[in-house]
Formats: sequence, structure tokens, C-alpha cells
Amino acid sequence: MTIEILMPALSPTMTEGNLIKWLKKEGDSLKSGDVLAEIETDKATMEVEAVDEGVLGKILVLGGTENVKVNTLIALILEEGETTADLKIQGTPQNSEPTPSEKSLPISPPSPSKSQEKTSLSGISQDRIFSSPLARRLALEKNLDLSTIQGSGPRGRIVKKDVEETSKKPVSVSSSSDSAFEDVALTTMRKVVAKRLTESKQTVPHFYVSMDVEIDALLNLRKDLNKGLGDIKVSVNDFLIKACARTLMDVPEANASWMETFIRLYKTADVSVAVSLDEGLITPIVRNAQSKSILEISAEMKSLREKAQTGKLIPSEFQGGSFSLSNMGMYGVSSFSAILNPPQGCILAVGAGSETAVVRSGVLTVATMMTLTLSVDHRVIDGAIAAQFLKTLKNYIENPVLILA
Amino acid sequence: MSHFDLIILGGGPGGYVAAIKAAQLGLKTALVEKETLGGVCLNWGCIPTKALLKTAEVLETIKKASDFGIEIKEKPVLNLPKAVERSRQISLQLTQGIAFLLKKNKVTHIKGHGQLKGPREILVESSDRTQTSLTAPHIILATGARARLLPMINMEKDSKFFWTSKEAMTPEKLPKSLLILGSGAIGMEFASFYRSLGVDVTVVEMMARILPQEDREISELAHKLFQEQGIKILTETRSTSFTPQKDLISVSIETKGISQTLSVEKVLLAIGIEANTQNIGLETTAIKLEKGHILTDDFCETHEKGVYAIGDVAGPPWLAHKGSHEGILAVRHIKGETVHPLDPTKIPGCIYTTPQIASVGLTEEKAKSLGFTINVGRFPFSANGKALALGAPEGMIKTIFDSKTGELLGAHMIGAEVTELIQGFTLARTLEATEAEIMETVFPHPTLSEMMHESTLQAFNQAIHI
Repeated sequence: MTIEILMPALSPTMTEGNLIKWLKKEGDSLKSGDVLAEIETDKATMEVEAVDEGVLGKILVLGGTENVKVNTLIALILEEGETTADLKIQGTPQNSEPTPSEKSLPISPPSPSKSQEKTSLSGISQDRIFSSPLARRLALEKNLDLSTIQGSGPRGRIVKKDVEETSKKPVSVSSSSDSAFEDVALTTMRKVVAKRLTESKQTVPHFYVSMDVEIDALLNLRKDLNKGLGDIKVSVNDFLIKACARTLMDVPEANASWMETFIRLYKTADVSVAVSLDEGLITPIVRNAQSKSILEISAEMKSLREKAQTGKLIPSEFQGGSFSLSNMGMYGVSSFSAILNPPQGCILAVGAGSETAVVRSGVLTVATMMTLTLSVDHRVIDGAIAAQFLKTLKNYIENPVLILA
Repeated sequence: MSHFDLIILGGGPGGYVAAIKAAQLGLKTALVEKETLGGVCLNWGCIPTKALLKTAEVLETIKKASDFGIEIKEKPVLNLPKAVERSRQISLQLTQGIAFLLKKNKVTHIKGHGQLKGPREILVESSDRTQTSLTAPHIILATGARARLLPMINMEKDSKFFWTSKEAMTPEKLPKSLLILGSGAIGMEFASFYRSLGVDVTVVEMMARILPQEDREISELAHKLFQEQGIKILTETRSTSFTPQKDLISVSIETKGISQTLSVEKVLLAIGIEANTQNIGLETTAIKLEKGHILTDDFCETHEKGVYAIGDVAGPPWLAHKGSHEGILAVRHIKGETVHPLDPTKIPGCIYTTPQIASVGLTEEKAKSLGFTINVGRFPFSANGKALALGAPEGMIKTIFDSKTGELLGAHMIGAEVTELIQGFTLARTLEATEAEIMETVFPHPTLSEMMHESTLQAFNQAIHI
């Protein structure tokens, strides 16, 4: 029997992913552990490995195909003694329809650019979308995703009129080189970010609590620590991760999620840290931050940040988390309000530290101040808890030795 | 008083098809027709003229028999009454077929003249003057159209000289000369028929070219081929007066200010048709008319809710298949099904002259005037093996594509059997095929249809056989 390679689920919630490319071609010999293909999920790129020996007999879903449903048959591996003739016995599996990307494109102008070509593939998902050839070509030219178009033809077939009407809607106006704007196709990450944040902002009752903290002591401690560490540099953010973790242990009500029918209280401080990327935003997680040292946290963050930037995070490294931290201090932002990262109950937005005139015991003096803004899901956490969280956090930051304790 | 779910007024190709469909969908349906079932199409149009044209074609073939290696010793002789009888027989057979279909589908067929009494009732008066009232929540008007007449002509007084298509398809004897007013499909089909039988035929057209609805190139080629057959064509010409003589009628015509008088035996009026909107009680409803026909929406519904109008009475194009399609559409709309409005650019048109002419979609001029950038393909019959084998090297297939999208905007054909070919392009248009799909389609060899492929290829400079 040939071995079936199915589209893997990289996380329990994954329902579909993009097959980026095949690293082996039909006829290649495989041994266990060989990397077959790269798959992109919501936020990460993963490698699919061969688990058996054999020969890659047939690729059924071409590289570059978007929205491949989990468990779709993507390739067949021939075991020892089998030939390609064995493939035919199995018949053509469902969903094996090749996408037109590698077929010759129509001769008439315009020849679509590569990016457009890729976009069109999303219209050919594993569930066949019924559409006329003209509708498909118009969608390609107008850079529209067929799966987003409602068909009005017989049995819901998408026809020319449907594409034209969709393209008339202002959001998806087609771009041309001489227009005053450019329409950029959405990456998977952008789509996920858009979907999740819209959902969060629209469905979660946010409220915001701000507090100014003085960070001179923390800056001094960091300076001393870095001096002693040589090449390794610990960042303010690393301290903040640890400070948050400690605070979450002290105020466990803030380490919580709204789960529709119950509230989940987390026992560990799994801190999701927002990392900005060219194509979007991702939140790798420092797990069990409450029991890790500043140095461990610093090293882990460095590794996670690198993986995030090269798209190599695995889902368990960015999915889950009990609390989020978003720091825009490095951009000079004084303060901001973050959107919650569902189902987490809190996200802390950190502004830049700046020297400010402060009055202390009736005396005007200068201190480096920083504004913390906690966004809170009011379904889970009330104002008093939020205030207590910030007060506790402030105490850690202003007395940083306690963080290290 | 009888109550139905649906009453259809008129039993032509629109009405009877609607009736059958309605019955199939479970509606208790009545069909009211005052004359023979089948309307103009079966009785006085499409079918009997095709039968006559076959007679002309057989005669033409016999005349050319020696080209095919067959020597006919004696001159073929036309038996006109036999040809007309054959034509009538075919019509009869088909109308009986419709009666059978109506019965089979349990449609109540009511003979008589029906007219609306408000939007939910039809009063039928039969030939013996008895009246029956029918009521229904839905009514479809399919009363068709008739030949348009000229006000300056007294048809009754001078009936000896004037024909409409009805008289032209039941001649007792061949006229020596025939003047045809109008060069549309009806005019040109009769011109082709009578010319083949040896009649001296003159066609008078007011517009600058014959078959003004067709693509200019096709119309110009047709003009040339018809002239070669001996049909006299006068464009930009109008008739100014008709003076009956003893056996002939003098017709004064004027071409760009120059007048002349022709004496002919018969004058055929083929200047268009008029919708049958009189004496059907429209005034008892909210129905509105425009340019003589009933105004309807995308789903054939009139301004009177529940009352629909289909086919010729609802406006052009005056084609049987348009009426039938609208009949089905209206019935399905009444049943609450999801229906799609009829797109006129997806309705094919066929003209059964020799050579035949067929088209679907936009003409080249129309496509340009709508602002399309187009690729035009042409392929001549003279380069097609099957056409040569048939002895029909005259004609061409022209295709028009949107350069930007590859959409087949229109297809125009002239030549042997093109009326059977056009459906390929109609299907392509309906399925929204682009040039890529047509190019990838395998066309059988040897057939005339290969020219459809080549014309498409030629539009993109990829033709093989030219």
C-alpha cells in the first residue's frame, strides 16, 4: 500500500494552511526525517517530515496552494517494491485537482504578475468554488479572492456580473500602475491579525487603567547587571516580563480568561510578548515566567524573537499564553491602549521612559517616568483588581530588587 | 366560471412552452388560443418557411448536380403546390404534436378569443359566441405579433398585389417578379427562396445596408453573395407610391433623391412586425406599453402584479426561442424559483437564406461603441475542408473577443449550415468561456465547426490553417 501524506494540523485549532513549497520532487527517495514540504499556518512556517522510508510517488497539492484543509491528501509515498503504477489503483483522490498556477496562462494580455497569480490560487481551495472561466480571469485581474464572492449564477456559480459587482465595492478596487494607490494582497498573518483583533475589539468589553511608574532604579539595576554580564544584554522589557509574572502570582485574579461559560484562572504566568514583523504581529510566549530568572527570560526572548522574524515559530510557541505585554517604548510612544488578545483577560501597554519633573515630599525633582496602561476584559476582571495589579507592578518596578528576589 | 393557478393567453412557442412548464411544476394551467396551436412560428413562420427553403435548396443542388459528378438529363421542374402542401403538412404535424403535449401534461386547452377583465380574469369568447370566464392569480400574455402594414396601402382592396409573409408562403403560382420591402430576416429569406425558384426579386431597404441588425462585414458579404445570385438590392431606398395596373403594380421608389418606377407582380411587406396588444383587455389593467409592446421587468412581469408578458408582445428580439425562454422564466418566477434575467446578448439569431447567417452577442461596431478593446478573428469557408467537400466555399466565421478579459463578446457567421453552428458560441457565451477554453476545446475533423476554432485562434494570431 502506498503511504498517504495528509495536510498536518500544526495546532489543535488549525483547520487549514498554505502549502508553501515542496522540498522533494516526485521520484525522490525518502528516509524517515527528511523534510518533504513547508507549510504555513496562521502565523508560522512548519516543515513536514517523512515518517517512513520510500519514494515520493505523487504530489497531489502543488506548492503555492493556499487554504489547504487539514487532513487533505497532499502526497503519496511508494513503499519498497511499489511503482507509480500502484498509484493508479487508488484512483484520483478527491481534492487532487491541480491548481492552474503551473498551467500555461492565457495568451492574451495582460500577463498577470506573480503575486496576482498567487492570489488567484486562494480561489481554488479544496472545496471547489463554482465559477465561470471569465469570472475567474476577472477575479485574477482585479486581485479578488473568489472565495469571498457570492455567486448568482445557476447553483450559485460565480459569473462575470458577481465579480464586477464585487470589484465596484470601494475596498477592493483593482490597482493599476498609474493609480494613486496600490492594493496589497493580504498575507495569512494579516488576515489572522485582522480577524482576531476585530473580533476582540468588537466583542470584548475593554476598559483601560493607566499608572505612571518611575524606572530610575530599574534602569540602574539593569546597567549594573549588564556591566557584570559582559556580552549579554538584558533589556528593560525582560525585567518587565519578570515583573508582570511576579505581579500575576500576587494578583491571580488578573491571570484569567473569559471562557463564555466559566472563568479560567491560570496557575502559571505565560506571558505573550508582542513582536512586530514586516507582515504583521505575533506574540511568542515566555512560559512559566514566574519561575524563570531574568537571564533565562532574556535568552528565551532572544530566541523567540529570531524565530518570529524568520517565520519559524511553532504554534505552541505563540498559541496560548495567559497575559500579554506590548512595549512600544523603543518607538518613543508615551502611552497607548492595546487591544486584548483573546481569550486573555489583560494586556499591558508600555510607553517610553522619559525624564520628567516630579514632586517628591514637596520637592521638585527629576525622575525617569513611564506610563503603563492595562487593557482589561471587564467580563473577567473589575476595576479594583486592575488597579491592584498596576499598584503591585509599580511596586516591583520601582523596587526592582524585589523582581530578582 | 373556472379557476386556475395560471392562465396563458396565446398558444405560440412562448405560450405553449410556458403552459407545459407550468403544468410540470404542478400549476393548474389553462391555455387560451383563438387559432391553431403553435402561433406564427409553427403555422406561418419558422417551420413552414424552412420547409419551403428546403425545396429551394434541393432545386439548387439539382441545378449544380453536374458539379458533383451527377448528370441530370432533364431540366428539374418545380411543383409549387406540392412544395406548399409539404410545408403545410409539416406545420400540421407539429401543431398536432403540441396538442398532444398539452394533453399529456394536463393543460386545459381552451379555444377562443380571450381578453383580460381586470388582472385576475380572462373572458373567452368561442367561435359560437359563447362566453366563458376564467380566473387565476397569475396570467401570462403571449399574444405574439403580426406583420406591420403600410398606411398608404389598402391591403383588402389591392390584395391581389400585396403579400405579407403568410401569403408569401402559400403561393398558388410563382410570380414573375417580386418586390420585397424590407431586408430583415423575413425579407431576405423570401428573397432567397423566390430567387432560387427563378423569380425576378428586388429588395428595397431604407437603411444603408441589408440585414441592418447584423455585423457590418457579414451584411456586406451577404449583399455581395445575394447580388451574385441575381437578387437586386436597393439600399437607402424608400417606396413613395403604389399604383395598381391590370396585372402588375407600379411602385415608385426613391434612392437618395433619385426616383424611379418599377412594375412588379407582387409586393411583399417585410418591414417588421407589430405586437398584438389590441382587443385583449389591457385597458382593464395597470399594464403599460412602450413603442407598441408591453413593458415588463427582468422577470417578464408587467406593471400589473401577477400579470406577465412574454415573447413578441413584450418586445424584440422577435424570435421564437426568446419567447419560449421567457415563458419558462416567467413560470419559474411565478413558482418562486430563483431565475436569471434573460441577457439579450446571449440570444442567438438565425437567418435561413442561402448562404445562412447566424449570430450571437455584440457586433464589431457595437463592441467598439461600448468602449471595448477587441480582438477580432475571421476564418473563411474557402479554407475549410468540409466546406469545400460540401461545395460551399462561400462564407466566413467572425469572432469578437474582449482584449482585456478574453470574453467572447460576439460571433457572426455566414455560410452553409451556420445556423447549426452558432449554438457552440452561444453555449460559450452562456458559460462565460474565454478564448482560452475555446482554444483548448477539441473540434472534430472534418467539420465546419473547425472554423469556429480557427476564427478564435486567428483573433489572437494563432490560426493554423490560414
